[in-house]
Amino acid sequence: MNIFDIIGPVMIGPSSSHTAGAVRLGRVVNKLIDRRELMRVEITLSGSFAQTYKGHGTDRALLAGIMGFHSYSPEIRNALDIAKERGIGYVFLFQDIQGAHPNTARIHYFLKDGGEGIMQGASVGGGNILVSQIDGMEVSFNGESSTILVMHRDKPGVIAAVTQLMHFEFAELNISSFHLTRQNKGGRAIMTIEVDGQPPEGLLPKIRSIPNVENAILIRRI
Amino acid sequence: MLHYDSIAGLVREAEQKGRRISELVLKDQAEVLETTELALYEKMETDFLVMTESVQTGLDKNQRSMSGLTGGEGYRMNRYAEKGGGLCGELLGRAIARALAAAGCNASMGRIVAAPTAGSCGILPGCLVSLREDRGFAERDIVMSMFTAGAFGMVIAGRASIAGAQGGCQAECGSAAAMAAAALVELMGGTPRQCADACAIAISNQMGLVCDPVAGLVEIPCIQRNVSGLVIAFSSADLALAGIGSQIPADECLDAMRQVGDAMSPSLRETARGGLAATPTGRRLQEQIFGTQPSDR
Repeated sequence: MNIFDIIGPVMIGPSSSHTAGAVRLGRVVNKLIDRRELMRVEITLSGSFAQTYKGHGTDRALLAGIMGFHSYSPEIRNALDIAKERGIGYVFLFQDIQGAHPNTARIHYFLKDGGEGIMQGASVGGGNILVSQIDGMEVSFNGESSTILVMHRDKPGVIAAVTQLMHFEFAELNISSFHLTRQNKGGRAIMTIEVDGQPPEGLLPKIRSIPNVENAILIRRI
Repeated sequence: MLHYDSIAGLVREAEQKGRRISELVLKDQAEVLETTELALYEKMETDFLVMTESVQTGLDKNQRSMSGLTGGEGYRMNRYAEKGGGLCGELLGRAIARALAAAGCNASMGRIVAAPTAGSCGILPGCLVSLREDRGFAERDIVMSMFTAGAFGMVIAGRASIAGAQGGCQAECGSAAAMAAAALVELMGGTPRQCADACAIAISNQMGLVCDPVAGLVEIPCIQRNVSGLVIAFSSADLALAGIGSQIPADECLDAMRQVGDAMSPSLRETARGGLAATPTGRRLQEQIFGTQPSDR
């Protein structure tokens, strides 16, 4: 904890969990989309998010984050209009997601190039988040460290290739947490790698060039 | 390196070195965050400017919350305070208006500084912007006092809580008032020990306050509780400066606050199931805003 955890953050109100945390969940999707063009989103709200989203602007906050705005951006207030102007379709659904944290959102995004994906996460208080699923695979990260997500094929040697690259080419890089999940043997898999400090420029393109790696994205400390 | 596990420790350190708590905290945090004191000061200065803006925004006549439940309180109180000061006098009356304004800015999706939380974001601005604008305190002194407020907040967060869902409103508006009281004492030239006394008095005065937001929104009673927090911050600072200390040391007050928070029923910890939220009118307002959906879909 430091002094700005107490005096701060600067944020758009009214609620750190239902507004600021919601923006940050949206921003994870923004990183997953990674500058590709978004066509529409289906956002499922569960628990307390579903019950009180309207008065807290949770819907605007999630959309604002998806479009890349920050938890301190004044645009959050007009996020619904901004999405319309940008031709981004959106629909909000309400459904209790079994076993999920009370403040959970599931965001299904559809891209103009035909791609799509799903992120599920919760706002766990004080603006902090926990991402629990990406594309149906379990992950667990909170955005407090820089997090590298490596989407790849479940083949022998991929983890070794990624960690060797990180060690030999970027010796100062230290992994603080590592997690792997896969859909099925030989199918799609995700490495969740949290690192200390800021990952160096040039790391991601090199990871992407490793055989059987489909994509690598960086979710910077939010 | 400073430790933020007790108020007594901060006071001892400041007394030994013959410095203000804020000076020690600025130096320490610059080391912890691996940056310069100047960069850290400037970041805090930005926070103060955002606080000042949030007051300005919230004083607008047409300020309305997202739900429509509240709005315009800062404007009305400011008008009233300017016409002779009311019962509280002009300084306190206008400070109350500013606390309402910043909290109203939050409720209308304006930009605020969580201090320590969004729900209690009116108390520090109400105190500090008032000393800057109505008492002519130098901005540098005001910004420095925020390091003292933040340091007290860190101790409170560690020993008790700053989350309504964990410790009730005493953890949010109570903590903000205690932080503000310590900052006010330092600004008025009080000693580190008097800062601790003001903190202890503010915490004692809000011990047991529950978090019971109507319809789960950060509006009723949160906006007006920012006012009571502010008034307690002012009165606690004045008591300490007058040499009326707290018999119970600040750290023991915080430990008690934690125990009281733990003993609170979950219905009184930000779930909107108890207190004012559960009154017939509270329930009616909830239905008025949210209807029976979407939770029943």
